[in-house]
Amino acid sequence: MSAGPAVRVRRAVDGVRWYLKEVTGESRWEAYLARCGRDGVEPMTRREYERHRTDLREHNPQSRCC
Amino acid sequence: MSTTTDASPQPAQPAGPPPRPGVRSLLIWGAVALVGAVCWAVLALSRGEDVSALWMLFAALSSYAIAYRFYSRFIARRVLEVDDTRATPAERLDNGVDFEVTDRRVLFGHHFAAIAGAGPLVGPVLAAQMGYLPGTIWIIVGVILAGAVQDMVVLFFSVRRDGKSLGQMVREEIGVVGGIAALIAVFAIMIIILAVLALVVVNALAESPWGVFSIGLTIPIALFMGFYLRYLRPGRVLEVTAIGVVLLLLAIVAGGWIDGSALADDLTLSKETLTLCLVAYGFIASVLPVWMLLTPRDYLSTFMKVGVIALLAVGLVIAAPTIQADAVTSFATDGDGPVFAGKVFPFVFITIACGALSGFHALIASGTTPKLLAKESQVRMIGYGGMLMESFVAISALIAAVVIDQGLYYSMNAPAGATGGTVESAAEFVANLGFTITPDQLAAAAAAVEEESLISRTGGAPTLAFGLSQVFSEAFGGGLQAFWYHFAIMFEALFILTAVDAGTRVGRFMLQDTVGNVWKRFGDTSWTVGTWIASAVVVGAWGSMLYVGVTDPLGGINQLFPLFGIANQLLAAIALTLCVTLLIKHDKLRWAWVPGIPLAWDLIVTMTASWQKVFSDNPAIGYFAQADRYREARDAGDVLAPAADAGQMDQVVFNSTLNGVLQAAFALLVIVIVANAVVIWVRAARAGGLPTTEVPHTPSQVVAPADFFATAEEKEAMRAWEESRGAEPVGGRR
Repeated sequence: MSAGPAVRVRRAVDGVRWYLKEVTGESRWEAYLARCGRDGVEPMTRREYERHRTDLREHNPQSRCC
Repeated sequence: MSTTTDASPQPAQPAGPPPRPGVRSLLIWGAVALVGAVCWAVLALSRGEDVSALWMLFAALSSYAIAYRFYSRFIARRVLEVDDTRATPAERLDNGVDFEVTDRRVLFGHHFAAIAGAGPLVGPVLAAQMGYLPGTIWIIVGVILAGAVQDMVVLFFSVRRDGKSLGQMVREEIGVVGGIAALIAVFAIMIIILAVLALVVVNALAESPWGVFSIGLTIPIALFMGFYLRYLRPGRVLEVTAIGVVLLLLAIVAGGWIDGSALADDLTLSKETLTLCLVAYGFIASVLPVWMLLTPRDYLSTFMKVGVIALLAVGLVIAAPTIQADAVTSFATDGDGPVFAGKVFPFVFITIACGALSGFHALIASGTTPKLLAKESQVRMIGYGGMLMESFVAISALIAAVVIDQGLYYSMNAPAGATGGTVESAAEFVANLGFTITPDQLAAAAAAVEEESLISRTGGAPTLAFGLSQVFSEAFGGGLQAFWYHFAIMFEALFILTAVDAGTRVGRFMLQDTVGNVWKRFGDTSWTVGTWIASAVVVGAWGSMLYVGVTDPLGGINQLFPLFGIANQLLAAIALTLCVTLLIKHDKLRWAWVPGIPLAWDLIVTMTASWQKVFSDNPAIGYFAQADRYREARDAGDVLAPAADAGQMDQVVFNSTLNGVLQAAFALLVIVIVANAVVIWVRAARAGGLPTTEVPHTPSQVVAPADFFATAEEKEAMRAWEESRGAEPVGGRR
């Protein structure tokens, strides 16, 4: 709680950015890269990765309620 | 992710008996209770004086806070006995696709985006004809004791069963008969919901070139976003959504330019034309790949939705509008309201479905969400908390409807057959109801939002948009009422269209899955012919219901909305029946009242409403009485208003009969399921519990906080756990 106002604002902005990237799934790519790096696997390109992700959605429809 | 294979010792969970409440906590909760009590007292006791809408807002917020803090905790600890030492399906079955440990706050966002839609916005607007008090009470008490309980308990039971769907659980825990009935009910109810939602859009866009232009532009905008994400810059969702939102706002502004131009006539579409457009759109959207339209549209509508709700909350606090409606109107007691027929009981409870109790949520709570939950204790925050937020949306919508001039409210919401369609006849009509508004005032209201006319703009969306535009322009100034009106229409139409896309697709998968049991090839969702047939069947089903509603001489919304409301509440009855069944099977008969009370109430309401809609001899309420009345008149060669000719007389007879049959069929399906369940209840109660399909306890390795804000102990436990694993934070940071 001893942090100055500037630090707090930065933290809040970072928090919002983190949240938006998580909610939209944008951060999945970074998580995938990190995982590949840890496992020593050559990652696919981002284009391939995102295409793979959207194609999974194709067969997994999510209902939107009223 | 390697979370489940991690062999590190089980870290201490922040568990054990809660510490005794401190003085600070007592003071805070005492103050919240006091604020709530004062707000409720003001709302209940004020008659004939100016009441600020903020009393409604704060009565809701303080009631939610207390219910969340105490009742949901009681349900989690005592009734469900959530157990954080148990691994959730997300942890055990983690495959990085549909099962995945997700940060609780992120999952809250996903869950809320999935449950919130147009329902909590439309229902309260229509129910405002009963006055502000019945709606306020039902939205708040209903969500606390019924809606949020249903969402949370269904979510919990689904988590304990590897994320099984509602239909599957009914079949396995209640019986095959109940299971089949549930399957049919879920499918049929989805079709009705899609038809009614589409009807709301048609009513909002008909004869409105501005609206048609702006909404039409959302299709190329979504396509652009889809191609951008697929080919230009894959994965940059935030960037493309920001571009999309800017384009969307431009589309709304540009609609204003179109309004006065030569294009306006070409974009002034009749309801019939719009219906055909929507049906064609629904079919194409459901067979196109999701990345083209559905996914980008979903990003847009979610951001718009959350943005508008936040804006509305701020706007209400700044504008602090005064309630114009009576606490309880005479329509509530006499049942002769022009917006929809019937008395406050049972009809207010089925008109406000989403926002108080929505059966549809049980499909979400037993669909995607349970597969992503990190910890059992989080069912409270996601299930109960998510529904409280939805209820808040409903209260805001109710406020928007009761702060506008009530003469205008009835002019907008009574069917064209009653208002006569002109400002003069509408002013006369509302004068008969006991409200005063002059034709000039009605014309001025339409001019203020740059619409041709506001008379009989039924369906709830235009009224809500008018209320929002009034609140926003009062709060933020600038004389932008027309912009705000079309902004609100756009926001509603946008996510209704998303719901129509997604719902058609889900319906298509359900159909393919079901028919696939007997005809294997049809079940293959990558077979194009099957996909096209299934999509056409689903679109055809809701499209024809929509057409029935659009062309109904009696006014589609007041005929179809009760059907929609009852259907949604009947789905809730199925979900609550399952909850009661499972508690008894788990030998928790003494806690069965928790879902049992809302179930009993819901059955009383829906069965009374169904009975009245089927058997009432009042033609304004009973579908069959209505059909009889028009049939007799037709056979005698008469034409009854609001029908204009013999053809419309036939139409009324056909529509009313169809609605009556559907209504009776739904009620029967639910009776079958409940009867099937009662057999199981008796058997389970006698035996002191029965085996269920609950998966056995597997120790959990994951550490995650239970609530929105992590406690100091939880933070410490998280830190220690992450250190012991030495790597990769799971499902987020902090």
